[in-house]
Amino acid sequence: MNEVVLRVKNLQTQFQTRAGALKAVDGVSFEVGRGRILGLVGESGSGKSVTGYSILGLVEPPGRIAGGEVLLNGKDITRLKGDAMRQVRGAQIAMVFQDPMMTLNPVLKIGTQMIAAVRAHARVSRRAARSRARDALAKVGIPSPEERLEAYPHQLSGGMRQRVAIAIALLHSPAVIIADEPTTALDVSIQGQILAEVRRLADETGTAFVWVTHDLAVVSSLADDICVMYAGRVVESGPAADVIGSPRHPYTAGLLASVPAEHEPGTKLPQVPGSTPSLANLPPGCAFAPRCAKAGPACTTTPPLQQFEGGRTALCHYPIEPVSCQPLSLTSTTYRSAS
Amino acid sequence: MIGFLIQRVLQALMVVIAMSIIVFLGVYAIGNPIDVMIDPASDQALRAALIQRYGFDRPLIEQYFIFMNNMLHGDLGESFIYRLPVLNLILSRLPATLELALTAMLIATCLGIPLGLWAGYKPDSLSAKAIMGFSVLGFSVPSFWVGLLLIMVFAVELGWLPSGGRGPTTQVLGMNLSITSFEGWSHILLPALNLALFKLGLLIRLTRAGTIEVMSSDYVRFARAQGLSEGKVVGLHVLKNISIPIVTVFGLELGSTLAFAVVTETVFNWPGMGKLIIDSITVLDRPVMVAYLILVVFLFVMINLVVDLIYGQLDPRIRVKAAS
Repeated sequence: MNEVVLRVKNLQTQFQTRAGALKAVDGVSFEVGRGRILGLVGESGSGKSVTGYSILGLVEPPGRIAGGEVLLNGKDITRLKGDAMRQVRGAQIAMVFQDPMMTLNPVLKIGTQMIAAVRAHARVSRRAARSRARDALAKVGIPSPEERLEAYPHQLSGGMRQRVAIAIALLHSPAVIIADEPTTALDVSIQGQILAEVRRLADETGTAFVWVTHDLAVVSSLADDICVMYAGRVVESGPAADVIGSPRHPYTAGLLASVPAEHEPGTKLPQVPGSTPSLANLPPGCAFAPRCAKAGPACTTTPPLQQFEGGRTALCHYPIEPVSCQPLSLTSTTYRSAS
Repeated sequence: MIGFLIQRVLQALMVVIAMSIIVFLGVYAIGNPIDVMIDPASDQALRAALIQRYGFDRPLIEQYFIFMNNMLHGDLGESFIYRLPVLNLILSRLPATLELALTAMLIATCLGIPLGLWAGYKPDSLSAKAIMGFSVLGFSVPSFWVGLLLIMVFAVELGWLPSGGRGPTTQVLGMNLSITSFEGWSHILLPALNLALFKLGLLIRLTRAGTIEVMSSDYVRFARAQGLSEGKVVGLHVLKNISIPIVTVFGLELGSTLAFAVVTETVFNWPGMGKLIIDSITVLDRPVMVAYLILVVFLFVMINLVVDLIYGQLDPRIRVKAAS
């Protein structure tokens, strides 16, 4: 295993409401190595996006980080305030958002926005900043970057805009990029191009990615490791191929079963019954128990974090026995590096 | 761009022509100005002679075309009261109103936008709430009353500033202006403040609403994620995005201030166009009324044309639509 650049330890993010504190992120821990891609998977409301925002210190009131540590190259950045945190954001850790239509300012040229991003961390002239911006665009595979600097966001396609957003995130060669469902709004062929590009960038630049998504197909083809989140907790983690090939947590198994790609055509698609519980009234013990086919009497108490061989964990009283068949892939393509 | 400009100028022309008909008919309907102008004791012969001299005996449509024909030749008629060409009369009053209105807009903009930005940036802070409270006062308290209050406090009680009039003026580019001298400034400050108050309230609220909306947008969040300083986030990303409604309201308010500063001009005895039109209405000085209203329409049309051109500069998406 190579050096760990981002280590999240027991992160707690709460939203203060009249009904009390809602634990959107409840003791999340994971780590990402240099040049590795971690898939943070979960349904809407599982706390995966809030985890991303918490890492960058971008949770807005009434939300706050109530506990835990975010160690970036060994330094806890949750304690940084104001300008100290600003200097970390964008320089050492960057973020890419879901909707490329919304993340670029519609009334400013791409060049203006990129130059501002360069000069937020580097004391360089406008001309130097501009050439760095141009290089960054070229690096993410944007043709004729010089003209693109003069373009406004609405003149570019969704895929191009997301490439621009990734180029902005890469400007200062950060150690980690948090990507919050960046390909969800794109069509599948563009998504494939972007995923291939991200894999290449991770391998070439050594930047680690935390890829937040609800799309297991994306994660199975891209990520090295997976954390599956449910109701603010990581319920299962481990190397991507192993988790997808042989899930140990019933929730992960349910999610995988409901992916159409690996399903026998003409038969009913299995679903995970019910929906994500409201954070305001979580059931005691395991939050997934009411929807779980394997739930037993012990599930009203907090499940233990079980460690398995191969660096895998599951937060469950009754984990599924491992199967020893070949790991199956959800898509024919894979962007995982050979290493 | 040129096509857009021509289209807008043609539109403006249509508006001016339509307005000239409406104004002409409206003023015609008020009544015969001869009855007000001449001594009630004068005989029928004199009355008939005057009616003929001003052309009031001709059919309405003919009167209108004579008026339009003269207007195209730069002749808006002669005031019944002052016996002066109307255009000269109005233009002699224009600089006073112009400098008053522009000073008021300047005060409103320079105070309103920063205060609104702050109130939108920290909407829950005590200072933001104080600013919002002030803005409500700004546009709900009647302006004549505020004007009197300003005179009471600054002119009568404190004696810092004069209570009315324009003070000394100097000739600049053929216009008599007060703002070129220090004493002139002391005269213009109170009426300009008075006029600015309403616009200040409006601009604060407008800026605040826009700022709150933009601050919660994804691109501001993305800018913060890039590590941009808060000053840069507000100065670069917020300001340009909220400027379209601000420019719109600025244009409308500038037009209405130029045309209808009459209350403030009356309270502060400011010899501008507003006072001229009120005086003309009381004595049914028809040429002045017609010419003034047409000038106002012209001003509005011009201001809106400029505002439309600025839109294109502010938002590239509008530029695209205008070009196609």
